[in-house]
Amino acid sequence: MKNFEIVSKRRLANNVSEYEIYAPYVVKHCLAGQFVILRTDADGERVPFTICDYSRERGTVRILVQEIGYTTLKLSKMEVGEALADFVGPLGNPTDLTEFKSICLVGGGIGTAVIYPQAKQLRSEGKRVDAVVGARNQNLLMYVEEMREACDNLYLITDDGSNGKKGFVTDMLKELVASGRRYDCVFAVGPLPMMKAVCALTRELGIKTVVSMNSMMVDGTGMCGCCRLTVCGKTKYACIDGPEFDGHEVDFDEAIARSRIYREQEQNHVCSIRG
Amino acid sequence: MTVIITRHAMPTQSAEDRINNFEEVALGYTPSLAEEEAERCLGCKNAPCMQGCPVGVHIPDFIGKIKEGDMRGAAEILTRDNNLPAICGRVCPQENQCEKYCVRKVKLGGSVAIGNLERYTADWAMKNGFKARNNDLSTQFAEMRVAIVGSGPASLSCAADLARAGARVTVFEALHKAGGVLVYGIPEFRLPKALVQKEIDGVLALGVKIVTDVVVGKTLFIDELLDEYDCVFIGSGAGLPSFLGIKGENLNGVYSANEYLTRLNLMKAYEDGAITPVLRGRKVVVVGAGNVAMDSARTARRLGAEVHLVYRRSRAEMPARAEEIEHAEEEGIVFDLLVNPVEILGDNGYVSGMRCVRMSLGEPDASGRRRPVEIEGSEFEIDCDEVIVALGTSPNPIIKNSMPRLETTSKGTIVADEYGRTSVERLYAGGDAITGAATVILAMGAGKRAAEAMLKDYIERN
Repeated sequence: MKNFEIVSKRRLANNVSEYEIYAPYVVKHCLAGQFVILRTDADGERVPFTICDYSRERGTVRILVQEIGYTTLKLSKMEVGEALADFVGPLGNPTDLTEFKSICLVGGGIGTAVIYPQAKQLRSEGKRVDAVVGARNQNLLMYVEEMREACDNLYLITDDGSNGKKGFVTDMLKELVASGRRYDCVFAVGPLPMMKAVCALTRELGIKTVVSMNSMMVDGTGMCGCCRLTVCGKTKYACIDGPEFDGHEVDFDEAIARSRIYREQEQNHVCSIRG
Repeated sequence: MTVIITRHAMPTQSAEDRINNFEEVALGYTPSLAEEEAERCLGCKNAPCMQGCPVGVHIPDFIGKIKEGDMRGAAEILTRDNNLPAICGRVCPQENQCEKYCVRKVKLGGSVAIGNLERYTADWAMKNGFKARNNDLSTQFAEMRVAIVGSGPASLSCAADLARAGARVTVFEALHKAGGVLVYGIPEFRLPKALVQKEIDGVLALGVKIVTDVVVGKTLFIDELLDEYDCVFIGSGAGLPSFLGIKGENLNGVYSANEYLTRLNLMKAYEDGAITPVLRGRKVVVVGAGNVAMDSARTARRLGAEVHLVYRRSRAEMPARAEEIEHAEEEGIVFDLLVNPVEILGDNGYVSGMRCVRMSLGEPDASGRRRPVEIEGSEFEIDCDEVIVALGTSPNPIIKNSMPRLETTSKGTIVADEYGRTSVERLYAGGDAITGAATVILAMGAGKRAAEAMLKDYIERN
């Protein structure tokens, strides 16, 4: 098999696919919470993706890709058997939730890709794991069966009520805590505004919250500072200090502003590939 | 009366032309210029110039061959000691190395332009398909297996020397392209990437294997490499950028020089239709005054910006090479000296200006340079929409963090003796990873010395 070959590809929602990539070097030491950086071709940009599952036996790593920019669209046009130009990792630090016993995972959109391996890992360590998974609508929910399997309780919620309850992940989390559920940690992954909202709620509720920051990156090894963010008043790099941080200390407004830096250029590229 | 022939200047693209392109600024000597400059070399028996060369090039000998018109001979002598001569001929600070010791320096029309002649010879060799001497395959090193971490100048130089001695060498590179700072840092107009690739191809032709997309300390660990190879060399450089630590530094439009240059050099963001984006400011302020600051400023100029460079000391203390400073000035970079930024101002998340204070020079500090002191009440604002911070770099902590038993300094550099031997047996290091940010040629010298030690220690062990 070629290095970085697409071994399987599965459509999960109308603009989200799961890719299984042959990457024996990456899979050797990777752990939940880490990420890879890939390039589709020799002229491509470097884009980070969280590792959502891996198989050491098969030598493969799974990533979840939402088609929102140039590279993700380009990737969506690649088929099983084709190989990516580059696929490097595992980068960043693995998740460390050892001090917690009862955890609520909160996933929004493709953030579910990150919480799925966490759920498996945490359950295997004998912890109590609930998950709240949210999406705009039913078509954008993914990994539902896998998550149901991996957690003690799975709670679905959609913005339009097309599956599960109607509302946001924060509504569900608030309800769970109000009904008497006790968590010593919330682990939230999703779009920045969602993580910001979850952190605002859990600060009120007094629950420690860990978030996974999906900043833009170039090298992913601490060389450029593209992924920097402010945590507890200090500049940190998502690539080597993270990607996971204490959510109550993250400056989300700054992170949101930084995520929009190339919005204009990106639009032009996307138009060029959509034709 | 004898006429003293002065040093022949390097022909360059005019400043008006070159600010509109990314082509090389220095054009290289013509054959007649090269011969005339070579004639200036007095061929000193004791070769004082050689003490300034970290890789020990036999300078008067190769220049002597140019005089004779024997370019093949010149290339043979040059490549015997220097594995990357076309690169050194372009980016070495020769004025502080070989040319510093030239007897013509003060009274005889200026030092011989050794760097220009090196470049001329190396370019001749490339153009004429000259092949450096072959590997010594005879040998006691045929079974020796070496892993090298990083593919910058220290590693390439180390790899080439080991391969020539007959060892089997594998280089692991974290990025998708080999070359380290030569490909991500130094701009095209100073060091064309096609030329770097040719030099790397030369190293590959010696039998060296390069594996990209492997971050040692993450993908593979040093201990695994030590299990699998006879010895390991770390040439991972100093890639971690320093920032100012002032308010507004995370605004959109503030780049580390590393990020800015990587987007432009490695990812080719200056090309039409490039996929990797970079912001193109109308007015760019570069903070710092070293070679990397000059590279950043001159790159921004080529992207059409008005460029100012702020530095808290005076011109005399600027650490960049004189040639780089001159080139930057010719290209219209404005130097705002004795100026220190105190805050970067923003509008809607993007840079809109910089608040600065004026400085004066006080007593000398630990570095021997006069300490800049803030002038009270001198605050003022510079209007700008992009800021590039070029304040130096330190070694990447990934390797250090993945291997606690490897001894490092408080600055994060790896502790090693002059031959690159670290605190761990069979593990060597060299270049910026042990010195902190320095020059290409010092890194190459360190790679060479480590290769020598690795070969020697290997024999002793076996």
